[in-house]
Parts: sequence; C-alpha cells; structure tokens
Amino acid sequence: MSTMNTVGRPTTPNAVESKPATLTGGRGLLQNEGLIFEGEGWGKTGVDLPAPKGDASDLGDLVRRDPIGLPGLSEPEAMRHYVRLSQKNHAIDLAIYPLGSCTMKHNPRLNEKMARLPGFSDIHPLQPQSTVQGALELMDTLSHWLTTLTGMPAVALSPKAGAHGELCGLMAIRAAHRAAGHGLRSDKPRNKVLVPTSAHGTNPATAAFVGYTVVEIAQTEDGRVDLADLEAKLGDDVAAIMVTNPNTCGLFERDILEISRLTHEAGAYFYCDGANFNAIVGRVRPGDLGVDAMHINLHKTFSTPHGGGGPGAGPVVLSEALAPFAPAPWVVNTGDGFKLVEREEDEAEQAFGRLCAFQGQMGMYVRALSYMMSHGSDGLRQVAEDAVLNANYIKARLQDLMSPAFPEGPCMHEALFDDEWLKGTEITTLDFAKAMIDEGFHPMTMYFPLVVHGAMLIEPTETESKAELDRFIHAMRALAGAAKAGDKDRFKGAPFHAPMKRLDETRAARQPVLRWTAPDGSNMAAE
Amino acid sequence: MRYLPLTPDDREAMLAAIGVKSIDDLFVDVPAAARLDGPVDLPRVAGELEVERALGALAAKNATAGNVPFFCGAGAYKHHVPATVDHIIQRSEFLTSYTPYQPEIAQGTLQYLYEFQTQVANLTGMPVANASLYDGSTAMAEGVLMATRVTRRNKAVISGGVHPHYVKATETVVHAVGVETQALPAAVDAEAAVIDQIGPDTACVVVQTPNIFGTATDVTKIAEAAHAAGALLIVVVTEAVSMGLLKSPGEMGADIVAAEGQSIGNALNFGGPYVGLFATRDKLVRQMPGRLTGETVDADGERGFVLTLSTREQHIRRDKATSNICTNSGLCTLAFSIHMSLLGETGLRRLALLNHEKAVATRDAVAAIPGVKVLTPRFFNEFAVKLPKPAAEVVEQLANHHILAGVPYSRLAPDAGMDDVLLIAATETTLDADIQILAKTLAKVLAN
Repeated sequence: MSTMNTVGRPTTPNAVESKPATLTGGRGLLQNEGLIFEGEGWGKTGVDLPAPKGDASDLGDLVRRDPIGLPGLSEPEAMRHYVRLSQKNHAIDLAIYPLGSCTMKHNPRLNEKMARLPGFSDIHPLQPQSTVQGALELMDTLSHWLTTLTGMPAVALSPKAGAHGELCGLMAIRAAHRAAGHGLRSDKPRNKVLVPTSAHGTNPATAAFVGYTVVEIAQTEDGRVDLADLEAKLGDDVAAIMVTNPNTCGLFERDILEISRLTHEAGAYFYCDGANFNAIVGRVRPGDLGVDAMHINLHKTFSTPHGGGGPGAGPVVLSEALAPFAPAPWVVNTGDGFKLVEREEDEAEQAFGRLCAFQGQMGMYVRALSYMMSHGSDGLRQVAEDAVLNANYIKARLQDLMSPAFPEGPCMHEALFDDEWLKGTEITTLDFAKAMIDEGFHPMTMYFPLVVHGAMLIEPTETESKAELDRFIHAMRALAGAAKAGDKDRFKGAPFHAPMKRLDETRAARQPVLRWTAPDGSNMAAE
Repeated sequence: MRYLPLTPDDREAMLAAIGVKSIDDLFVDVPAAARLDGPVDLPRVAGELEVERALGALAAKNATAGNVPFFCGAGAYKHHVPATVDHIIQRSEFLTSYTPYQPEIAQGTLQYLYEFQTQVANLTGMPVANASLYDGSTAMAEGVLMATRVTRRNKAVISGGVHPHYVKATETVVHAVGVETQALPAAVDAEAAVIDQIGPDTACVVVQTPNIFGTATDVTKIAEAAHAAGALLIVVVTEAVSMGLLKSPGEMGADIVAAEGQSIGNALNFGGPYVGLFATRDKLVRQMPGRLTGETVDADGERGFVLTLSTREQHIRRDKATSNICTNSGLCTLAFSIHMSLLGETGLRRLALLNHEKAVATRDAVAAIPGVKVLTPRFFNEFAVKLPKPAAEVVEQLANHHILAGVPYSRLAPDAGMDDVLLIAATETTLDADIQILAKTLAKVLAN
C-alpha cells in the first residue's frame, strides 16, 4: 500500500513494525549539512561586484598568485547552509537555558534594532569628535547608569569581555600600588592576590597573568569566604582579594562588609567579580559593600546577546582610589560637548595605558543602554527580585529529590546541587546533563564551582515564566525519578534525540584536526 | 514590564511554594546597611517607543559614513556587507546561544567556527587558526605573549609601521607581565629598519603590512632574519581584505598572524565589536590562546565538532592558563564567515582589486593638489599624504563641509612630529564623485 499523500486524500497513520534509519543521513527537518569546503563552490561567488579595470600591476611581486582556498556560495546556497546549521543549536529563544553563572536571559530585539541605527553602527572610531557627539553622549549616559546602579564614582568602558575587565581592574590595582611604592619590583612589594577556591577560572588566570601569586582562601561549610582564613592570609604583601558576590555557589557573602573592612585595613584592594550582578541590581550597590573595582558583563546582566560565545563587553566600575588609573579612552562632559580622552594627557597622567585599539564595544553599549532605559530603575530592581525568586522556586521544588549543596537559607539567582543524591546509581552529573538534552533542555553548568562535588549550577534568570519553570521542574523531577529507579541506559547513552550522539572529546584533543583539508592534503579541492 | 513574564499572582504562589512571606526574605543575607529601600535615582520603566525616540535622537547627532564622502581607515574600514549576513546572524539559534559547551546541541555554532578557522587559516596562508579573539589589537598582544612562551625570551621588537594604538594596547598588557618591547620610530618605510634590531634576546619581531601609512611590504627577509636569530615573526594585518590581493603573511614566513577581521562582514560600530583573527604554525598550536574547534566523531561514528585543547584554557588551568580569555567574538566570526562564504575566492580577489583601484584613483586626484605630497609608494587601499597644514585642522574643516577626509596621524600619535600627515583610505564603497569632491574641497581648504 502506498503511503504517498495524493491530492485531496487525508493521511492516516499506518502501524509498522520497524523504525528504519534514513538512507541519506537527513532526519526530517534536520538536514545533513556538509562543510562549505566539501561543496561545489570553488570559483563561485555570491556577491555581484563591478569588474576591476586592471590587475594591480603597480604592486608587482607583492601580488598574491597562489590559490587562497576559499569556496563561494550563491545567496540561496548561503541561506540554506546557515539555516541548516542553525537548526542544530539550542537557544534562549527556544527554551530555558539555565547555565549557571552565564545569565542566559531573553535578548530584547529592540536592542538589536537600536544598535543597527546607522548613527551608531556606521560611524568610524576615528572620525572627528565633532561628528560623533551623539555616540559620545551615549557612552556618557551609559556610564551614568552603570555608576549609579553600582554606587561607584567611575567606570572604564573599554574592556571587551568579563576577563578583559578583570585584567583592567587588576592593572588599575597594580598601578595604584606602584604609585604608593609597593609595585611588584619594589622593596616592599604587594605581590599576592587572594582568591576563594570557588572562583571562576578567569580570576586566578587574570591574577597570575598580571604577575601576581595566587593564594587560595578557604571556604566555610555554608559556602562562604572563611573570614579567619582571610584574616590570616591578609598582610602587607597582599595586593587585592578577588571575590565574586553573590558568589559562584549562588550565595550572598553575608560577611561582605567585614571582608572589605579587613581587606582595606591590610592596605589591599577589593576586586569584585561582577558576573552575578543580575542577582542584586537595583537592590544592592557594590559601592556600599566597599568594592574598589568590579567588571560588569553587559552580556549577562544587561541582556546583550551571547552570540555563540561573544562578543561580550566588560566595563569596570572603579572606586575613588582606583579611578585615576583607569585606561584610556574615556568620555568627558565638558559642558558644551563631549570629549573623548584618548591618551594619557595632563588630566590623566596616571592612566595605566590602553586595553584595545579603539573605545571598546560600542555595539554592546547601545544594546545595554536600550535595555536599562526600557526597564528603568524600578524594572531593574524587579529583575533582581524575579531572578532570585525563580532560582529559589527551582531549589524549593527539587530539593526533596536532589541534594542542594547548601540547603540552609535562601540562594540568590542560582540554585546549586551536588551529586550526593546520585550516589549508588552509577549515573554522573554529566550523564544527567546529557539526558536533560533529550528532554529538550539545555543542561545547567556542570562541575562548577569546583568546591562542590559533581556540581549542578542552575540559573533560570528572571525572563522565564512560571509555566516554563514548571515545565523544567517537571522534566527534572521525572529524570531524577528515573535515575533513582535504575533506568541507567537513559542516562549513559544520552543524548539519543539530539542532532548528534555523545561526542568523543578525548579523541578531538589527542589527534587535533582543527581545519578542513582536501583529501590530497592541500587547502582546496582539485577542480 | 514587557521583559518580565511573572505576574503578581505567580510571585505570590512561588513565595508560598518556597515557604517565605515576601521577596525581602530571600535577600536576608544582604547586610541591613547595604540594602536599598527603593529604586535608585534613574529614570523609570519606558516603552519601546520612548526608548527608540531617545536613542534615535542620539544616533541622529552623528555623521554616518554612508551619508558623506568617506575616507577614514587606520584600522577600521567601511565596506559593503551583504544583507544576507545581518539576517543570518540575527537568527535566534545563533544570536541567543552561548559558547558551545554542550556540543550535541551546538553543532551549528561549532561547524561555523570550524569553517571560520579554515577560512582564516587559508586567508592568512597559515596552517591553523583559532576561533577568534576580541580584536586585532588584543590579538597582537596575545601574539607577543605567545612568542615569549615559545622562545622563552623576553623582548619584542615592534616595527614603526605598526598602528600606534596596537602598540599601546600591546605594551600595556605585555609590560604588566614583564615583557620588554622595543618600539621603533614611525616611518612610512619603517620595515627597513627592523632587521638591524633583531638580537639573540629577541622573542619576536612585529611588523604590519600594509602598515599604518598604507605601505605594503614583502616581509620575507625579515622572517628569515628573525628565524636565523631564533625569533618568531608576527605579522599584523588591520585590513583583512588586503589579503585577497597581497601575498599572504604565511607565504612570507610569518609564525603568527594577528589580524583585524572587521572589514569582512562587520560594520564600523565606532570601534567595536570587532573580531581578532589569530593564526599560527601547526607545531605552535598548544601555545595558542583562545578557543579552538576540532573535528571528532559521536557515539555512532558520525563526524561532529567540539571545543578542544581546552587544557590550555583558564577554566581548566586556572592560574597556569596560556591566557585568561573566556569570551571570543562569536557572532562577529559568524558575520565574517558568512560574508567570506558569499565572496569566495573569486569575489574576495575582485573586492580587493576594486579597493586598490579606488585608492589609486584617490591618490591620483589628491596628488594633483598643490602642496600635497603622497608619501606611500606601494599601498593596498590606504596611503599617507603630507599636507602644508596640520592634518587635524584640515580634517576638521573638511568635516564642516560634510566630508570625512581621513585620519590625521597625530590623532594616533600626537608626539611623533607628524602633524602634517593624513591617512586616506578608499574602498569599494567610494564613489568617483566622492573622490572629486574630496580633491576639490581639499584644494580649496589648503588654498585658504
């Protein structure tokens, strides 16, 4: 019997015994898509350009003669290629994306529209300043919002991501110590940076990068900085502490005022990793906590898109003590206009230098300001409250089946579980995460923070509805039940329903293949 | 508020499920002294229309490149980007996903990164490239640091032809780590002075081609001299389109290429976000900074892609990582890759040739003006001229005539004693009429 749907004849499902694999690798809407280098694109182009007049003979032997190895696609082929690829990605717009510490919130499309206004996107970083007054005013306005929300006097906008912001903050701290006679190569060097064991990997990496010795601070049983250990390690050789607050366990550091007091008494600076600012924006100002420097991931708290891993933006707010050392460039409101200060001049002789060629991530500044203005100060406060409420709701609804790492008291914007509850099931955090994929969810952050065994860090953000949270909780409870009931294959083999089965990362690292090459080893296919 | 789905009833029900009375009960760990009672002193919630009006008013105060005769370059270039590019990068699956930590549901991102790495490797003429860095200047800084790791030497010799802001951004970072730099004096043909400075303690030599004055140079001899001394050659490229016409850095012996990829697929954006291209030789891969995508197979033996060699990175190595970099330029790499896929080699070569021809035409028009001296003999799409007046003043006067005539070198290096030098760039977007207006108005301004 034919299963073909002929015109006007409605289909009815047929019962069949087997479920054959497809013959071509395609799976319904999911297309099997090769690399652009494997197609017929050699010599092709999808851009219509006028014919050049000559062959640049004036450049003589500088002209590139060998084949470059770049296939081309016509416009329809390009659309298909990238749309097919896109359908193999999870995205916030599809479902909750609860990666702890990453703040995967909704990305408003108004932001995108604003960033694409030609007045922002089609201006050159080195145009005369008189022709970009609106752009400079936008940077000044963004600075005002950031400093007001954080209660800090100054901000360096130019760092291009969170880790770049950490670098900026630590270099400002280094410059301040050097100015006070405690540089790394001075007689009385402050050469240590204290970092809790629960910190993001970027914290110790940045501190070491700038030349500091990293000393770990112990954590208490309830997931906070151990004050006694901090006090013991603070001394006149310590340049700074780097503390994330709320910390990476999703907890507010209750002793934060004591931490900053002790730090300042020891003559050190307090660097706060602002990755988790979303939990407190509008409710707590880091300036009131004694923070000297804090980066703000605009792609987390202020909704600029994560874009598959970037671009981000990491402006750094600075205390009075550190502000003079901020890197160029920055904007000054002169009263009758805005001025971009691009180098260490008389007014900025202590600036520690420059972090990138131009003035940072303008495209992200526009998006972040668009988001802040939309929310307003009242809306931003609600952001923090809803983010914290959503995380506590998840924690409350899962804690009877899974084991919260810190069951006592509320969490902030993320709920942290360990793998204690999986004991005896032979199922790991990784297996559990991969099974979540089959249920249609992006897994939470796994195995971070390092201080919690088999960590599962869930950050829902404020942009999830109660219905979506309930759907997620329902799936998590069903999976937890299956794990405890011994349904091992569901986890060990997962994912079964994703675009790909579990990938062999060990092989990728042992025999790195980092680019396409033709079967004959050349960089393009034979024509 | 339109971005917040919870209703007051939802909030009540959720607080009850948690077992607390009010939202304040969830903030009890915040010391009382640090709690804000109400909203801070900033404007309140605003509708889409209000935000559009406010930001639109700021945007309207700027002179846009597309609306005027435009000749600015010096590390950022106005090119036409096909409409397809901006459409695709706004697809939800690309725009609203994150670093592909779960490869089974991120093959879209991983495959385009793998294609991007291959495109960048082939474009630069190098064996291997990473999944991007922040921009060209930070890529240069990372290149210098990588060279010190590879050679276990501590000094970088930097040509006077490298973009002054790149030099500054690099020095700021590498000096912090204790790496010494020797930045040579600026000159149109600065590359000629580099070889004499290479010594037994040199970790790397950094040259830019085309350089900040537009000069295109064959750096093969510098590569040979560097290698003979056990040093690496880093080639900086600030205009990626140039590699469609000029000999590639790889062909000339580069060990590391640090380039700005903005020209392909990305708008001017007042300086960012841009995309740093970073390529090197196979044997140096494990010292390379930044994310890398590699090929592997899944449980069924199907080919797939994953982030790999992450043992170099901060989230594994912490204080022993090759770099502290976490974020890359994801969406900008996608824009680059789509534009490059549309161009293909045929389109890229044609685009590059058009750029060169527009610049030659601009040079010819400007060279005919009395008092103007063209300084750059061989260039791609940008050249330097010496004016009889300070270039910054001339540029300001031309801006008053709604012409963005280029970048005064003094804007980049006020102390270089080159106040009369103007950098002029042209691209495929430059109209013949633009060139005529520039020449006519520049002649008028100089005559006054």
